[in-house]
Amino acid sequence: MSSTTTAPHGAQSRRRGTRRVGFGGAFSRWDLKLSPYLYISPFFILFAVVGLFPIAFTGVISFMEWDLVRNSGEFIGFEQYAYVLSQPKFWIALRNTFSIFLLSSVPQLIVAVFIASLLDKNIRAKTFWRMGVLVPYVMAPVAVALIFSNMFGDRYGIINTLIQTIGLEPIPWHSNAFFSHIAIATMVNFRWTGYNILILLAAMQAVSRDYYEAATVDGAGPIRQFFSITLPSLKPTLIFVIITSTIGGLQIFDEPRMYDQFGTGGANNQWLTISLYLYNIGWGEWNFGRAAALAWILFIIILLIGVINLFVTRSLVRDEGGHRPPTRRERRIIARDLAASTAPRASQPTDSEVKR
Amino acid sequence: MNISAFRKGASAVALASAAALVLAGCSGSDNNAGGGDGEVTLTVATFNDFGYTEALLKEYSAAHPNVKVVHNRAATSNDARANYFQKLGKSGLADIEAIEVDWLPEVMKYSDMLAPVPEKLHDRWLGWKVDAATDANKNLIGYGTDIGPEAICYRSDLFAAAGLPTDRAEVTALLTGGWDKYFEIGNEYSTRTGKAFFDSAGGTYQGMINQVEAAYENPKNGDVIATDNADVKKIYDEVLAASKTQSAKLGQWSDDWNAGLADGAFATMLCPGWMLGVIEGNAKNVTGWDIANVFPGGGGNWGGSYLTVPAKGKNVAAAQELADWLTAPEQQIKAFGNSGNFPSQNEALTDATLLEATNAYFNNAPIGSIFSERAKAVSVSPFKGEKYFQINDAMQKALTRVEEGTQDADTSWKQWVSEVKALK
Repeated sequence: MSSTTTAPHGAQSRRRGTRRVGFGGAFSRWDLKLSPYLYISPFFILFAVVGLFPIAFTGVISFMEWDLVRNSGEFIGFEQYAYVLSQPKFWIALRNTFSIFLLSSVPQLIVAVFIASLLDKNIRAKTFWRMGVLVPYVMAPVAVALIFSNMFGDRYGIINTLIQTIGLEPIPWHSNAFFSHIAIATMVNFRWTGYNILILLAAMQAVSRDYYEAATVDGAGPIRQFFSITLPSLKPTLIFVIITSTIGGLQIFDEPRMYDQFGTGGANNQWLTISLYLYNIGWGEWNFGRAAALAWILFIIILLIGVINLFVTRSLVRDEGGHRPPTRRERRIIARDLAASTAPRASQPTDSEVKR
Repeated sequence: MNISAFRKGASAVALASAAALVLAGCSGSDNNAGGGDGEVTLTVATFNDFGYTEALLKEYSAAHPNVKVVHNRAATSNDARANYFQKLGKSGLADIEAIEVDWLPEVMKYSDMLAPVPEKLHDRWLGWKVDAATDANKNLIGYGTDIGPEAICYRSDLFAAAGLPTDRAEVTALLTGGWDKYFEIGNEYSTRTGKAFFDSAGGTYQGMINQVEAAYENPKNGDVIATDNADVKKIYDEVLAASKTQSAKLGQWSDDWNAGLADGAFATMLCPGWMLGVIEGNAKNVTGWDIANVFPGGGGNWGGSYLTVPAKGKNVAAAQELADWLTAPEQQIKAFGNSGNFPSQNEALTDATLLEATNAYFNNAPIGSIFSERAKAVSVSPFKGEKYFQINDAMQKALTRVEEGTQDADTSWKQWVSEVKALK
């Protein structure tokens, strides 16, 4: 073995030797080893300055009673963390964050997959429709929030006015926590559905048309084709979309902040989210030590969810195998075959042999 | 009080960071000021509209040829607040920085970082205006600009429909008295018409609590006394009892409230001078808004601003001189003419230009003389310590919870008490 592997190595270094043109040997070697790192270093230097330092600094002041103006603080250990975790407000904010996240991401992805598959078909004015779905994404989130907040006004809002004209009771968009989450999720969905549609559409177009042709020949209808070909092929893209919308969903800020005139999450914290709570503590009370502690708690929460995501992703990718994962029917057939072939053999190997 | 800070901020969150950047850029460029032969460039940072026009500032430069005045205006009070506290301990603030009463308690915590106002000027302003910005060491840290003395705005057409008097003087006589009198008339109005008398419990509460000298904190040591203060509980109960039938339950500055101003959702509201523009702006086509020279329980003030001179500035002496000039009665009267900001200077209150001012939208009401009298009626300067803002904010939310029906008055009070106790 060793003789076969050393031979190409030698050949390679000889080839490299002839390629050296102007530089001395040492410099060329350094050049070869360091250049790649040098080329990617600007990002990491920038990250260290605007990313790593603030993160570390946040970590330091989260253990302090920090005075922003005097730029000084007193070390108090884990007191800020303990305080935040002991506040009912924090747990309400956590509940609201997850509630808004689920109410926005789940319907959003379902609708996005559905619309993307429609756009994937042969329709007239393709580009027009495809650009059309992206228009809401171009709007500034604050503008979207302002318009929607006005529409969701409790008394004079357009939605409640419409509801009342058809004879129903007006919906308490602000005083009821669940309805306030629906309203905020609507703003998120309005903005992000189009973005997800385009990503999913791109993934759909990468699916080989041969599959569809073959399926048509086999007599599969469009619905069957969607579930058996389109959806399984989208899995890696769906995972990406789910991860990005999770990160975005857990950091939701603009929409709840703009939802009423005070921007502090409602009289009974109906739509207080974690990042809004963080903002209130930091820029409302100027308590940056406590805000930093909350920021770290949020970071840990996102990290936890990231880890869960990773495990889910891994298991899904492993499933996928070479081309595409087996459909449910195929799985059933495989399972039956396996059961038929292995199970009896394990218990009574000789019997089956005899019968055959 | 907290309401007005958010009023300006809530609709312009996006602008906040942008404005801060602009301010940073502007104030960064003045570092080369003060160079040369006695040439001084002074920066003045304000927000909204203080009425300090270019023409007014040119007057100062004309009298002081070596001084150049640069005026930076932030869009909202909230932008200015964020910028102020981020830079106060470091550098980059303008030579003169405007602050609003809403965040004055927070500024007072750092009163040692501001240049005090010379003693000889203290008599220039109304007593309560000076008291609010004087720290424990008897240093006055803000040059008073404007104030918000409160009167009662009312819809004369709605009053007529309810069989109440509509004439300004008659309404004044009708409402003269304490808050019980105000709620009594409100009850009469609501029973006759079935409609709301005032806009919200929160707005009305604010007018009432500002007449209590020490509502939430002990002025001597800053201890929180809010939850045990019988006055606070009494006002809470009183306003919520009236709220049941008399309140339109429209949170101030909400979209619904703006629409309600035009819709006739309520017949009266507490009305500082700067509120006139808000009402007119939201209800342009409504005729019938008028203003009565009366305020329940005496006088009341809502809002107002000061100019401060950060002690770290490069031209502190020159800046003090300019702040002195800007807040002198003559200039403040001009500012009143420019933007309607009601002056806080004793002399300005008797100025002929001010007293003759009228407002066409409010049925030609003599607003100058009305607010001048309202300003003199203010007798209490409520103590606002470090936690005032948070406690009051929690109280506003408690009142809103009851009005929107999420909780009853007792539950909401208990939640407020536990929230206040958790503050630290």
